[in-house]
Amino acid sequence: MKRFWFLIPLAAFLALAVVLAVGLKLDPREVPSPLIDKPAPKFALPRLDDAQKTIGLDDLRGKVWVLNVWASWCVACRAEHPLLVEFAKKRVVPLYGLNYKDKREDATAWLARFGNPYEASLHDFDGRVGIDFGVYGVPETFVIDQNGVIRMKHIGPLTPQVLETKIAPLLKKLDA
Amino acid sequence: MPEPVRTTILALLLALCAAAATAKEAAPAAADPALEARMARITAELRCLVCQNQTIADSNAGLAVDLRRETRELLRQGKSDAEILAYMTARYGDFVLYRPPLKGTTALLWFGPAAMLAIGGVVLLLVLRRRTKMAAEAFEPDDDETEDAADTAAASAASRP
Repeated sequence: MKRFWFLIPLAAFLALAVVLAVGLKLDPREVPSPLIDKPAPKFALPRLDDAQKTIGLDDLRGKVWVLNVWASWCVACRAEHPLLVEFAKKRVVPLYGLNYKDKREDATAWLARFGNPYEASLHDFDGRVGIDFGVYGVPETFVIDQNGVIRMKHIGPLTPQVLETKIAPLLKKLDA
Repeated sequence: MPEPVRTTILALLLALCAAAATAKEAAPAAADPALEARMARITAELRCLVCQNQTIADSNAGLAVDLRRETRELLRQGKSDAEILAYMTARYGDFVLYRPPLKGTTALLWFGPAAMLAIGGVVLLLVLRRRTKMAAEAFEPDDDETEDAADTAAASAASRP
């Protein structure tokens, strides 16, 4: 037994190296949200296309839906946008937009130019609903279930891989 | 013009100047310095999620400005410091706190360094105790010759590119 003791520092070094290597791979910008598996915050916001009409959380109860936080000033939103347009065409679940801290005209023009995948977009001009959803980097995407519980959150632009490996299986599980 | 009227007009004009000069950044500070100081103290404890190495008090990121506004609002509603911190952690998690709370998931964070130090100390103690029990012959001779050799070796190692 004793003659293997010299291996202990080596083992300790390897263990530390593994821990640090895993740490390097983690993205410090991806902060786990405390809202997962919690009821979505209540909101009532005017529609982007019609300021007179509001949409609230209760209007969306009873169905699984996806909330995508976007803004016309957000460069990464443009990158994920074609994917959302494709996703909306499949009509798996309704896709709602949370237009975050954006001017109404800018946002409307942006949708006219790049296509509108959203059932409706909510106009969160002062970013208050965004704060309630813990939004800190646009774009973000939430999956909300029939009972209004947040089941998943993705930070940053969606990729085909995220859609296939994270969102699609979840939607299937939720029986959307 | 009578004196009081003149003073009033002057005061109003000065107030206008002050408002114009600080219109963008510090208007709320002029409104209520005590509240502003409390807001600054609370937000200095919070991490800005957009620029992670700044506090919400220091950062000029849009989100930090919004969260300072929310903090002000909550203070005006008479919320306590603890309630405001709870408001923040409910949305952004413990990550926003520069001083994370002591609980199961953060135990390693709090006690890890002390535990490492303790392990190191125990190992050192064990090694030293074993060495005091060893006979003198077990050690290499500690004469001048070997010392010089070690010095030259160290010197050549240092001069290597």
